[in-house]
Amino acid sequence: MTKAKKKWPETWQECTPGLMVFEPASARSYKTGSWRAQKPIWDNTKCIKCGVCYLFCPEGCISEDAEGYFMADLDYCKGCGICYHECWPRAIKMVEE
Amino acid sequence: MSKRIGMEIALAVAEAAALCRPDVVAAYPITPNTHIPEHLAEIVAEGHLDCEYLPVESEHSALSACTGACAAGARVYTATSSQGLLYMYEIIPIVPAMRLPVVMALGNRAISGPINIWNDHSDIMCVRDLGWISLFAANGQEAVDMTIQAFKIAEDHDVMLPILCNLDGFQLTHVVESMLMPDQEEVDKFLPPRKPYAAVHPDNIVSMGTLGLPEIYTEARMAMNEALMNSKKTIYKVWKEWEQAFGRKYEPISSYKGEDADVLMLTMGSMGETASIAVDQLRGEGFKAGMLNMKLFRPFPADELRAAVKGAKVLIVTDRAIMCGGEIAPVCAEVRAALYDEPVRPAIVNEIIGLGGRDVRVEDFVKMFKKAASADKVKPEKAFEIYGVRSS
Amino acid sequence: MIEVRWHGRGGQGAVTSVELLALAAIEEGKYAQGFPSFGPERRGAPVAAFNRIDDHPIKVRSGVYTPDIVVVLDESLVGLVNVADGLKPDGILIVNTAKSPKEIADVTKFKGKIATVDGSSIAWKELGVPITNTTMLGALFKVLGRVKLESATGHVEHRFGRVANKNLAAMKRAYDEVKISSVN
Repeated sequence: MTKAKKKWPETWQECTPGLMVFEPASARSYKTGSWRAQKPIWDNTKCIKCGVCYLFCPEGCISEDAEGYFMADLDYCKGCGICYHECWPRAIKMVEE
Repeated sequence: MSKRIGMEIALAVAEAAALCRPDVVAAYPITPNTHIPEHLAEIVAEGHLDCEYLPVESEHSALSACTGACAAGARVYTATSSQGLLYMYEIIPIVPAMRLPVVMALGNRAISGPINIWNDHSDIMCVRDLGWISLFAANGQEAVDMTIQAFKIAEDHDVMLPILCNLDGFQLTHVVESMLMPDQEEVDKFLPPRKPYAAVHPDNIVSMGTLGLPEIYTEARMAMNEALMNSKKTIYKVWKEWEQAFGRKYEPISSYKGEDADVLMLTMGSMGETASIAVDQLRGEGFKAGMLNMKLFRPFPADELRAAVKGAKVLIVTDRAIMCGGEIAPVCAEVRAALYDEPVRPAIVNEIIGLGGRDVRVEDFVKMFKKAASADKVKPEKAFEIYGVRSS
Repeated sequence: MIEVRWHGRGGQGAVTSVELLALAAIEEGKYAQGFPSFGPERRGAPVAAFNRIDDHPIKVRSGVYTPDIVVVLDESLVGLVNVADGLKPDGILIVNTAKSPKEIADVTKFKGKIATVDGSSIAWKELGVPITNTTMLGALFKVLGRVKLESATGHVEHRFGRVANKNLAAMKRAYDEVKISSVN
């Protein structure tokens, strides 16, 4: 668990010029996994490893494992269902959280 | 060594910009500004300036390209007028919000409806509140000087804001007159290369142009506006340095015979010079007239305005744009706001003059002064008047 | 301060005349303005251009309404446009024409001095084109007096390059051949 950090500059004086962000990859600390109501589950007997789910994920949280199958990073997956919608072999199903 | 030259002012502004060694110029021509981007293109094409010139397909692209280049650390310059300015409108507020020091020449031209390519200030009035510093040149020398000063002001780390260098379209851009043009050595000495506060680059960790949720937007906008208000310090500092280097003095509001004037006229841009002839004529008749020429419009020099009008019985504010649907015209609205709390203040008369390039002559200014002379005793019927409008 | 108005047609180079005159005056340490009638003009349309010349900085930036000198580059404008409009009674009207000053006075109703020179013939002979802007500039220098023709030489050379000498020849001829008459 990341240590509690001030979410917003408290005062206007604390704003960086132009609200520039000097921290790399700060979006990574914003875990959106808690937003979802459903999560995607892959059936690897049906998966043909085409990678379409990976390409379409708007969050970019689907990754390929060593065997070439896919899974979502549940810290970030928002459960939008686009991977399920695009998976044409119907290897993905959305399951209630 | 500065050289006395005769040149069309638009070309001289381009030359001055070239002396500042911009890294990127992205511009689209529009009358009456055309000669500025055209001449810069010539200068680059002939190999006199090492600069990436982007002949973009629109003003919207011009400012987008400038913003991107500036974010990457380049010194950038562009130029436009009127409808061209309006075409880049959605990007205009973003540049100061991102604290990027873009310098833009604005050849003031009337905004359309009906189409009009001639001079007035309705274009700058569309963008005055968006966060850019705004300077107004009254003649060719000022147009040249302000171009060079602008880069130094904008790039100062206490400022980091874009600057509009206003010059009247046609009235200034298309006039050939004499100016002292600094040489490259003098400009290099006055204006060192840009040291960006931050630059977008694979080696640098920085994101610019981020989202601002309701929790942070207010503070972010305040921070930007405070930077704009504080930029006065740097502007005055750079003007002092300019005076030391080149011997020419710049003030936010210059006064021509204004110190003991009964009736003062506030002007912006080149019409102030014509008005000064009217002042001389009236003084010759024993009428105590004076002329103020505002050279710094944003941030608005309220303190200096209050000081400049002390003692005057009447202040005529000349505006060159209508604030449609408003009670008064733009500059006058700000003047009234600045003077509202003063226990003693002059009576204010607002004249809207020279819309869409309508000529304003010395005799017109004389008439305005004489008409306003009794405004402190008899309140004018209307808050503002469009001078010379034909009506039945 | 001297104010000059030039009448020409779009494409005849009135703006160049105005610029060269301004540059010549500035060359001599004087102050000058040179500007065209502002706006989109097409070739052939009547246009006007203006100069102001003074020994002191020029503050007035409005249009020129009461010129001291008017120069007409194209004879066909006389009668078409009121070329003498606002011309001071003690001013001079310079016209590119082979006609007599009296004929010009009759059409323009101008009662002051009229200067004529057959600029078109000079231009044809010296330049091979009927563009009279530099030619009439020569006539202007003679009439104006207070700015030397020589002060324009460098600028003509800069502007016209290979054909500079021809333009200078045309200028000098007009300077020599222009005649000033008092009709009334």
